[in-house]
Amino acid sequence: MFGGPSLMDSIFQRSLEDLIKSFRLHLPGGEPTVVSKALDEIRYEIRSTDLTTKAAALQKLTYLHSLHHADMSWAAFHAVELSSSAFLPHKRAAYLAASLSFRPSTDVLLLLTNQLRKDLTSTNHLEVSLALECLSVICTPDLARDLSPDLFTMLGSSKNLVRKKAIATTLRVFSQYSDAVRVCFKKLVENLESGDVQTVSATVGVFCELALREPRAYLPLAPEFYRILVDSRNNWVLIKVLKVFAKLAALDPRLAKKVVEPICEHMRRSGAKSLVFECVRTILSSLSVYESAVKLAVAKVREFLVDDDQNLRYLGLQALSVVGLKHLWAVRENKEVVIRSLSDADPNIKLQALQLVMAMVSEDNVTEICRVLITYALKADPEFCNEILGFILSACSRNVYEIIIDFDWYVSLLGEISRIPHCQKGEEIENQLTDIGMRVEDVRPELVHVGRNLLIDPALLGNPFIHRILCGAAWVSGEYVQFSTNQIELMEALLQPRTNLLPPSIRAVYIQSAFKVLTFCLNVAFLPNEAAYSSSSCPINEYSASPSFAGHESLADCEQDEFLNLRVLSQSVKAPSVKNGGDTAVNHVKTSASLPLRNDILTQKSADKMFTLVKTALAPLVGSHEVEIHERVCNILGLLELTQNEISDGFSMEKGNFESEELKAYEIIKMMRDAFSEEIGPVAVSARDRVPIPEGLVLEENLHYLETICGDIQFPISSSFFLGRPHSGERDGVSFFNRPIIEVSESSNESTLLTEHRKRHGLYYLPSDKKEVVSCEYPPANDPKMQDDITDDAEDLVKLTEQSLVRKKKPSQAKPRPVVLKLDEGDEISVAAEKPESKDDMVSGALRELLFGSDAIPPSTQINSSDKLSSKRSGKVSEVNENVGNVRKSECGTPSSRKSKHHSHGKERERRSSEKNVEVREENGQSNKQKSGHRHGRHKARQRADGVANVVSQTPVIPDFLL
Amino acid sequence: MIRAVIVMNDKGKPRLVKFYEFQPVEKQQELIRSIYGVLCSRAEKVSNFIRADSILGPDARLVYKTYATLYFVFIFDTSENELAILDLMQVFVEALDKCFSNVCELDIVFNFNKVHSILDEIILGGQVIETSSSEVVKAVEEAYRCSSSNSSFTPVVN
Repeated sequence: MFGGPSLMDSIFQRSLEDLIKSFRLHLPGGEPTVVSKALDEIRYEIRSTDLTTKAAALQKLTYLHSLHHADMSWAAFHAVELSSSAFLPHKRAAYLAASLSFRPSTDVLLLLTNQLRKDLTSTNHLEVSLALECLSVICTPDLARDLSPDLFTMLGSSKNLVRKKAIATTLRVFSQYSDAVRVCFKKLVENLESGDVQTVSATVGVFCELALREPRAYLPLAPEFYRILVDSRNNWVLIKVLKVFAKLAALDPRLAKKVVEPICEHMRRSGAKSLVFECVRTILSSLSVYESAVKLAVAKVREFLVDDDQNLRYLGLQALSVVGLKHLWAVRENKEVVIRSLSDADPNIKLQALQLVMAMVSEDNVTEICRVLITYALKADPEFCNEILGFILSACSRNVYEIIIDFDWYVSLLGEISRIPHCQKGEEIENQLTDIGMRVEDVRPELVHVGRNLLIDPALLGNPFIHRILCGAAWVSGEYVQFSTNQIELMEALLQPRTNLLPPSIRAVYIQSAFKVLTFCLNVAFLPNEAAYSSSSCPINEYSASPSFAGHESLADCEQDEFLNLRVLSQSVKAPSVKNGGDTAVNHVKTSASLPLRNDILTQKSADKMFTLVKTALAPLVGSHEVEIHERVCNILGLLELTQNEISDGFSMEKGNFESEELKAYEIIKMMRDAFSEEIGPVAVSARDRVPIPEGLVLEENLHYLETICGDIQFPISSSFFLGRPHSGERDGVSFFNRPIIEVSESSNESTLLTEHRKRHGLYYLPSDKKEVVSCEYPPANDPKMQDDITDDAEDLVKLTEQSLVRKKKPSQAKPRPVVLKLDEGDEISVAAEKPESKDDMVSGALRELLFGSDAIPPSTQINSSDKLSSKRSGKVSEVNENVGNVRKSECGTPSSRKSKHHSHGKERERRSSEKNVEVREENGQSNKQKSGHRHGRHKARQRADGVANVVSQTPVIPDFLL
Repeated sequence: MIRAVIVMNDKGKPRLVKFYEFQPVEKQQELIRSIYGVLCSRAEKVSNFIRADSILGPDARLVYKTYATLYFVFIFDTSENELAILDLMQVFVEALDKCFSNVCELDIVFNFNKVHSILDEIILGGQVIETSSSEVVKAVEEAYRCSSSNSSFTPVVN
């Protein structure tokens, strides 16, 4: 015997049961061997001409496919072959194999069509059931098209068992082939009035699915659904009807008014939790304007919340978060339960409760809520702890820190969060630290303080999750070094040996910050006279005498430790601001521009110490393989080399009062400091577009040819922002660390441009409509003018601060909210105001045509293949059309969805309509122009029917379906 | 609609896998694995829901129940009611119990075809078509009675 197994093989064939037993006997890890052995065997057996042998082989294969993921696409034809067997178990095996393994692309699928039709029309309802079960899973557009007439017959079957299965199958058929709607819809609607509960249930289930996709199309059926809502006592049916009404009520307020009472009645009466919950959900999501109904629903929610069943508690919380969007009182009323749920054993409930808690956050209670949440975070497991922290961070930063009044508090909270053991939110905290630094001027001293506390703790360097936070802390400490109370301590922290635990990218930030600190210190050491000149108007200048005196003393008394000296100094710095009382905030702003007070921070000894510190820490890194580190180390050492000798000489010769203007080092340091003192602010993504292109600069010239290459690439024009994070755009370390360097080299362009701009506008953002004001004549770097600009700048800020003191709301607030920089259009949350796309699908298109008898969209995907069939059926189609076309319905609202439809299938339609255009014009000569664009001369018969119905639907009347 | 019904044991071995929308085998495998990963990390006596957004997409919901060594998992979307699906799960298990009288994991392992038939009487194409377990059992028994005269596919050895 060739090809097939012999009789003996058949006799000793292993059954599915034997196969399963062999799986249970195999040694651990031997499963693949068993599978491949079985597959070999099946490959051989399945070719048998004996159907019983074939069926057993196919069953084994189906089992292996379904539970052991074996490939069985090669056996598709055998399944088709076996399905023609008259013996029911064979047929069952074949259809099960098909429904579990066929994919839409299976090529033998079409061979099954005839067998399916034969079985669907069979008198044996078991065969019909098998065919329906299979069809409901494997249905493709072709199968749906060919079999929908048979399905139509079955929708009217006298056997309930068959009818409910046919109804469930229609859903799948509709979604594959929308023209089936024309055939089956009326029959389907009739089944709503069936006496059999399961039939009604299946029908309502199908309508529920359809209505979720395109609710408007099913408004005309509202009276039917209403009858079921009032009359039915079956919970399954009621739940589905409620889901339908949840969609429909949003469309028609009169309908909503009508259904509220029956729904409340169910809610009061029913003992079934599932039904009650569905009522609650419907009321809270779609009928939330009806106060009394909402009150009743919230009362039910409260019952759920205190129930022993954790499923009900969970769903109750979920319902609360739905209602919370519109009725926050409902959440507040249940505040205790919600807070208590934070410590529930169930992670779902905890998360849901957390969401609710965050929904309650406002500027009044943010402090307390965060306090509570932090205590929960401390005792929670790592995962939930991070959920909590994530929620705090996102809630507080929402809409550019909208709810934060006291930024000092928030910044110290960030510091606190960083120290929570499980905290893994490093990146987010880093971003917020730098972002707040750039946006909120007033908080910088506190920010630097928090940063210092993080930096000086060597233990933190050992925790990789905190590295990102340290990166942010290092950046703010360097950028706002003028607020540091002890620069040497800061320097030591930045250069401590344990920083070698940091990844190179972050270490480079440390080094760059050290660079800034060094420049700052050198600058103030040199600057006393200069500063005194430039800021003679500064009110705190008068105090500069006493600190400088302290400096002299310490210089004379070399025994004195310079740290003690610094402490004295920092006290004396603080003293004046205390005396100045209320003006402190203003002083901060002024001091940020130029700090005349710190002129004697650097004594010779401390200068030497700093030099040695930097040298010993960084010299070994000159050979670093990381370019970022290498480059920065070279920069900083280069600066030292240039300045060190002269500074040391200066100290020794002049005893601290050197004539620094003479020195080359002074020039260098001043230049560096100027470069660094330019403030870095948040930058809008679109900022670059607003800079006019300088004359003579020809952009795009050489890149012109690229257009042919990337012509169809659309660059995303994002409305999201960098949020001032220095490196969120090209966040790959490299570009981040380039940034300060760029700033140095390009300060001539960018910084002056910005200052210039700010000077003109007195504001800290770039207005979009004033492109032309930005001057193209860039002043050279270190132009003395720039210094003036900075002071101007500072004055602008003072003004801004003063303006912000006059607050519109919350006059009782003890502490005024500091200015938070916002970019013009940028920082509004990008809760993208995307309109929900109308999910117009083919089914509803066909349905609209059916229900309204007017110009609906013919489905575009089936066009070519369906032409023949449609024309064959067109008589029946038009008949159905006329029947249902009587239901009148205005077209209001639908044009837009139709339009989107039009776009999505634009190409094909265009092609089609150009072909048929002439015909259409002839057919529809009298129909109005506005609608003719959507028409097709697809079926002549239908076109005529449409023509009639169209006239009817001209008058836009919204019928009250329930009257 | 109901998107999938999965029964697996407490070791993560699938015992019944039925997807009502086509999913490639690799995807099925991946889903089962990730669902099992979540299931076995859950404590006893917690709610029967799993947040499945990350595994199954934004609309998907997942309800599971543990019966002895088996997890019964139903995946569905917003057009189903969570508590009703829990009831449906009960219907399914009751029907299994009636068909196999005191069902255990082995019954499900060795009755691959019949378990599918039972499920098909309850859910068709993702739609619930029967919610009474006795009706389900009646229908399944009728279907298998017809073939009981020739129940074995392996020829009888004389």
